[in-house]
Amino acid sequence: MFEKNKILEKNRSSRRAFIKGVIASGTAVSSSGYIFGSLAGCSPDQSVLGSVERLVSLNVNGQTRRVDVLPNETLAMTLRYKLGLTGTKLGCDRGECGACTLLVDGVPNYSCSTLTHSVRDKQVTSIEGLQGPNGELHPVQQAMIDELGPQCGFCTPGQIMSAVALLESNPNPSRDEARQAMSGNLCRCGAYDHYLNSVMKAAERS
Amino acid sequence: MSKDMMQSFELFQPDNLDDAINLLDRFRGDSWVLAGGHDTFSWFKDRAKYAPNVIDLNNIDELKGITETNRGLEIGALTSLTEIVSNPIIKSNFSLLSDAAGKVASPQIRNTGTIGGNLNQDARCWYYRYGVDCYRAGGNSCYADTPQGQNREHCLWGADRCVAVSPSDTASAMVALDALMVIRGPDGEKEVPAEDFFIGPDIDIERMTIIQSGEILARVILPTDWSGATFYFEKVSDRNTWDFSLVNVAAAMIIENNVIKDIRIVAGAVQCTPRRLSVVEQVVKGSPKNDDTASLAGQAAIRGATPLNYNHFKIPLLENLVKRAIRDA
Repeated sequence: MFEKNKILEKNRSSRRAFIKGVIASGTAVSSSGYIFGSLAGCSPDQSVLGSVERLVSLNVNGQTRRVDVLPNETLAMTLRYKLGLTGTKLGCDRGECGACTLLVDGVPNYSCSTLTHSVRDKQVTSIEGLQGPNGELHPVQQAMIDELGPQCGFCTPGQIMSAVALLESNPNPSRDEARQAMSGNLCRCGAYDHYLNSVMKAAERS
Repeated sequence: MSKDMMQSFELFQPDNLDDAINLLDRFRGDSWVLAGGHDTFSWFKDRAKYAPNVIDLNNIDELKGITETNRGLEIGALTSLTEIVSNPIIKSNFSLLSDAAGKVASPQIRNTGTIGGNLNQDARCWYYRYGVDCYRAGGNSCYADTPQGQNREHCLWGADRCVAVSPSDTASAMVALDALMVIRGPDGEKEVPAEDFFIGPDIDIERMTIIQSGEILARVILPTDWSGATFYFEKVSDRNTWDFSLVNVAAAMIIENNVIKDIRIVAGAVQCTPRRLSVVEQVVKGSPKNDDTASLAGQAAIRGATPLNYNHFKIPLLENLVKRAIRDA
């Protein structure tokens, strides 16, 4: 039984690695064409002043990533389905829940409501970009664990990004200021007070 | 989730206003102006509206920023709401606008949402947003103003086939501050007072503002007349974050020796345009700022209100907000 589980585990991880590999490799160009079902950006209008090029360089978590971006593609789509950064969650995809929150030049944005083409010259930080050089957790992440911030955890990456931005601009917020800063992130479990405890704990430690 | 991928469009990111106007002129009805995108993307994702050519204004620096000129305070249409909330000049001289901007949506939306986009956003009637063929969408019925229609967010005045309300919080503040809207089109610039900028269904049922296809709101000028006046803004909505006003009230007053010398007071979300409460202004001008004047103002504010099936509550709500505006400002 133990052996069987181990094999299952192995299969699962290798399948995952395979999918990630596909996403990262050139195969993604044809498969994303299928998913997104679009040839936009290939028309002769490319020459028009101000029209966008599809192949762009993005600065994500301190790295320059070359990626083929459709004109109608949101940042959340690019990160999750082209760069394999699935830490950013899509909840409502309408800018009404906050699960997709990440930082653009240090400012919290809803990545479901941001066109990837509008962040070409900006620094994007997603939840994956918070870890230290040796994989240590960010103080906010550690505080989330210590204070049992999340319940189901789906909204947590977005909550953490809002909290990180708050503590960057205001290292010692009052509980009310923290509540205001986190107000653009919904939590269906209703763990708001736990999240606030975590933010206050992180502020205390920094 | 891929069902929520927007339909494909061409994206143009001009870096100056002239190019943007030329692009609009070139594509005409097939174009869409993009600012913060919070209104745009909902329409596109829901497949309720679409344009094959999107002109993104975010790279146009001349549309951004807040500057003091001899005409007053000029605010570029692409200035973010967060910038307006935190701008020291607006906070000290026109806090009515920063208070209103601070009540819009959520922190993340204020970070990318623009003042131009907030003022130009489309009607927030959920039937219309759902993509049904209502009058505003070019059809021949209204789904909100029916015996079963859900219309608690809808209007008290100015119904004309459509019963949607002015959804913008900053619009009420702009009318109260007597702002000038500067519109750029193919034939150059024109200026329109905020009060005439917003239009009701009786003028054109498919637009919320005077801006026509091919034109862009370039900036807003706040005249110095109301700089440093006594202000009051209050918004009531079901939730503190994200939600649109059920009713909001914006007032600018000049008070000397506790007498209201001059006043402009506006209510939002009670008709299709920000409603200037002229009767209230007449009632309170020259009166002492006290409880009696406030009560009279509240009663004057609701005169002629015609509620729909589910929005009677807006009448006492408006009365009380106006009362508070006069009493507590």
